[in-house]
Amino acid sequence: METIFIEKFKEILEISDRNLELTDKFREYDEWNSLVFLSLIAMIDEEFDVIIEGKEFKKLETVGEIIEAIKVAQN
Amino acid sequence: MSNQPFSLSGKTILVTGASSGIGRAIAIACAQMGARLIITGRNEEQLNVTLSQMNGEDHQIIVADLTIGNDIDRLVSSLPLLDGFVSNAGINKLMLCQYIKETDMSNILETNLVSPIKLTKKLLKDKKINAGASLIFMSSIAAIHSSLGNGVYCSSKAGLISYSKVLALELASRQIRVNNILPGMVYTGITAKASLTQDDYEKDEKKYPLGRYGTTEEIAYAAVYLLSDQARWITGTDLVIDGGRTLN
Repeated sequence: METIFIEKFKEILEISDRNLELTDKFREYDEWNSLVFLSLIAMIDEEFDVIIEGKEFKKLETVGEIIEAIKVAQN
Repeated sequence: MSNQPFSLSGKTILVTGASSGIGRAIAIACAQMGARLIITGRNEEQLNVTLSQMNGEDHQIIVADLTIGNDIDRLVSSLPLLDGFVSNAGINKLMLCQYIKETDMSNILETNLVSPIKLTKKLLKDKKINAGASLIFMSSIAAIHSSLGNGVYCSSKAGLISYSKVLALELASRQIRVNNILPGMVYTGITAKASLTQDDYEKDEKKYPLGRYGTTEEIAYAAVYLLSDQARWITGTDLVIDGGRTLN
């Protein structure tokens, strides 16, 4: 699931030349913007059947924390 | 009353979506100006809150979900003759075009565009609209100003504008006027529940040349003007009320 998420997230960010680390603070990526935000929320809904509200998402800081939030919501 | 140019005294006005936000403010403002109101929405409790803030005694609540055909029929059959109609019910959800879900799309288009068209049709067919009446459709600057994730909502609000201009043309011979109001962002229940956070709103608010989002009252008094006899030569127009947002 982690691998799928990271692949999909990379697609949204249009990153192909490097890997994402779980400890990355995703808001610090140069590619991060509101379009990426809306795409990410929609991708999580579509791929993992999890809806993360804007308010909840605000609390997440790293790539790993997004993955954790998806796992928690799935169980 | 004759020295009050924007008096609505003696007028009967239907407001949809009156259980919150702009619709509620319009009902309250119209009552303040002397109109008799019929207010409708899905939430009876919230309609009662609106009613409790309205001047005058003669108002009526009709609970109805306008996306249900039977509810439109029931609503219209219990209405008196109308001098004004404010179509205000609306919903939104941010979705990028690539991820639009069929059910969300249907819900938004049905509530924002299809239901107002159906309700108007029924009002006209059952001859509930007086000659000289004023009709208002609550569009949005979204119809003319694009923003991320708003594809379906923008389409619905642009659709309302196109529809109402045809309606304006068809009803002009009876001196019935049809106009649109296009508000910018206004603090309402809808915005509070949308997917953005408070921070996002504060950033967005800075894009408004007049420095802030609007209030529901600022939209309601424009509706009062368009409903009043002083607007009797105005039809088919789009009144933008947006603190200057569409200037940049």
